[in-house]
Amino acid sequence: MPPDAEALAEADIEAVAEQVFVALADPSRRAILAALASGGPATATDLADRLPITRQAIAKHLALLAEVGLVTPEPGERRRVRYRLRSAPMQVAQQFLAALARDWDGPLGALKDHLDRSAHGPATTPHPSRPGAT
Amino acid sequence: MAFPDRIERTVELAHPPAKVWAALTTAEGLGAWFGNEAAIDLRPGGSARMRWSEEGYTAHMQVERVEEPAVFGFTWHIFGLPEDDPRRTYVEFTLEPAGAGTRLTVTESGFAQLPDDLYRKAYDGNTDGWAKELGELAAYLDAA
Repeated sequence: MPPDAEALAEADIEAVAEQVFVALADPSRRAILAALASGGPATATDLADRLPITRQAIAKHLALLAEVGLVTPEPGERRRVRYRLRSAPMQVAQQFLAALARDWDGPLGALKDHLDRSAHGPATTPHPSRPGAT
Repeated sequence: MAFPDRIERTVELAHPPAKVWAALTTAEGLGAWFGNEAAIDLRPGGSARMRWSEEGYTAHMQVERVEEPAVFGFTWHIFGLPEDDPRRTYVEFTLEPAGAGTRLTVTESGFAQLPDDLYRKAYDGNTDGWAKELGELAAYLDAA
């Protein structure tokens, strides 16, 4: 990739991750996204029935989420707009979390112990740790 | 906020590079300190896997660089992303002699790679496809 495209890509990926985290910082939006993830596409009215949030507030949040591309509006029954979760931005944010969740210190400590053990005596039960687990 | 693309750690080990190399590149070594069980075909393009039995998790790796006893590199799946996501990070171990021991550096890079545009289209196309197919199934059941 040429440097310009790379810089642009980095700006893009940061912007996408930021939008996801901003959206998730609000408990109402978190509840709406969680409802769409678990129950599938829904209208503002469907969501108002399921969540302790007014229909008006839900409509406002959905408009904001649609604007940043976290949900997609699509035609539903009786000319009501249904909203569907877009997973692509979530996966970008997940990449960011994957970097934060990666634990190399645990495995490197285990490597050190393993080498010391095998040098100084019989092997004992190792304590492996999965990278990414904390 | 900078999206962390690369993670780097260096440790000093009181063992010669040959011994560290064996711990990093053999099934016996990897299965002892990293996972619970491992298999490895140690050549560029060869595949390797590690299993963590307690978590029931298996990592599949592809060996990329084998320069005994100095550089060992592989790619693996980005932890937390769906299994079918094609993005992978690259892990490289470099071993340098340091006195009687080894200075071991591990770098893992590629966390900030942008999802490929084609991939994104394919993915969206795929989810649209599923919605469409579920719609078709519903229509079929309604008609029956």
